Amino acid sequence: MQWNSLVTQLFGPYHGMRAAGDFLQGEVMFEGEPLTVIGTTNHAPIGVRLALAQARVVLDTVAQHPGRAILLLIDTQGQQLRRRDELLGINRAMAHLGASIDLARRRGHRVIGLVYDQALSGGFITSGLIADACYALPDAEIRVMRIPAMARVTKLPEEKLTALSQSNPVFAPGVQNYVAMGGVRALWQGDLQAALRDALAHAPTDDVRARDGAERGGRQLAAPVVQRVLDAA
Amino acid sequence: MISFAECSARERLALLLDPGSFHEWLPPSERVTSPHLAQLGVPSAFDDGVAIGRATLDGHGVFVAAQEGAFMGGGVGEVHGAKLVGLLQRAQRDRPTAVLLLAESGGVRLHEANAGLIAVSEVMRALLDVRAAGIPVIVLIGGANGCFGGMGIVARCADHIVMSDVGRLAMSGPEVIEASHGVEEFDSRDRALVWRTTGGKHRWLTGDCDALVEDDVAAFREAAIAALGKSKPLTLAALEDEHALLTRRLLALPGDNTGRDEAVLLWRALGVVDAEQVPDLSVDTVRALRVI
Repeated sequence: MQWNSLVTQLFGPYHGMRAAGDFLQGEVMFEGEPLTVIGTTNHAPIGVRLALAQARVVLDTVAQHPGRAILLLIDTQGQQLRRRDELLGINRAMAHLGASIDLARRRGHRVIGLVYDQALSGGFITSGLIADACYALPDAEIRVMRIPAMARVTKLPEEKLTALSQSNPVFAPGVQNYVAMGGVRALWQGDLQAALRDALAHAPTDDVRARDGAERGGRQLAAPVVQRVLDAA
Repeated sequence: MISFAECSARERLALLLDPGSFHEWLPPSERVTSPHLAQLGVPSAFDDGVAIGRATLDGHGVFVAAQEGAFMGGGVGEVHGAKLVGLLQRAQRDRPTAVLLLAESGGVRLHEANAGLIAVSEVMRALLDVRAAGIPVIVLIGGANGCFGGMGIVARCADHIVMSDVGRLAMSGPEVIEASHGVEEFDSRDRALVWRTTGGKHRWLTGDCDALVEDDVAAFREAAIAALGKSKPLTLAALEDEHALLTRRLLALPGDNTGRDEAVLLWRALGVVDAEQVPDLSVDTVRALRVI
């Protein structure tokens, strides 16, 4: 879905959101309450600059509007794959973005992630996956790496990975798999305003993803292994 | 002098911690293995590539995890990640003096794709919980596989990073960048360029690591002991400082540097004298050059 149509459905035609390049930002009203919205569009690659731009808005929200909820709108092809960004410490810039969101959560801001188009690895770990809870639209896609690159790195045949991505929840990009594994809390379908209202009211503040993954059957070992470590003699 | 890079994860634990003090949780004898590798015809490991437990370091009770680079490049799968999360949650409960993470990892284990990605994110959140509880997390990077991908982000979430000059810390590996944007963008076979971009000296000069040591297990031990008790709370003020530092760095590097070495340009912009000489200088000498 286009970001414009998404925010119009969520916040009405006078939403006030704006795009600067691939970066989305706005202070919107949702059912009488102000909300900070941060996002990316055009499958933006997240480099140092875009990570810092997002962190800036999070830190400003924490400093100037204590407790205000933050919505992260996610559409990214992953981290910027450039030597210059590596030289500049892209991992540190992304950690900074993640730590800023984490600080907001700890200081009582509700932080909700929504994958409205696509999400890939690095760009996702420090946005939706570090929020209180992450949601997705049904047509969105989440993956770790594109299959040709994955085949190169793992040295597994591309045909085998393609076949697995049709059937196997661990490889398939459909968001339903992420729901089963607990990485995505739920899909937003139909009335998006109702979905956001529900998320703001009920998203967990603890990390319950391993437990969800076990209960939903998509990731059976994570939760019991954590428990075994806690109980080990 | 024993090379940290050439040791296995368990050898590092044996040499770094107080002798005989490491008590492992979920050791290989319990055979907690990956549920995903068999379908790919890939062998599994009885510890899923990570050893976790408690130990003492200079007499202080610590929790520790060591990733084994020889098994799938230290990649984080469902079980590997859950062992790290369990250790970090247990640290919150039992409050050791510190948590040590001997990181050697390519990041998400691609063979477990989606499950690995969620696992890395759970590790990141659990690590930030431990840090917020005032228990310092100390990351040691000196393995041959470096610390990349999601684990490169996780490392930067810790209180303290110790690196050797042969250690590497970054996000995307040079091979991935070369495959994506061509050899002109990043020649992954140019070892000197790879180290200038991701290596220990570079990370030291930019302030991305807190201690630079020789590739020597004893040097890592000494640096880890020095970091005990040094919790760095992630306050709003601390994150504003971090933001200012990263913004200054971004602006310090000119946009078009055709034909010039960007690492040298960046070091010079950060006030490093004799920036061109850095790759040839000893660890001791480079340690004295940092002005950040």
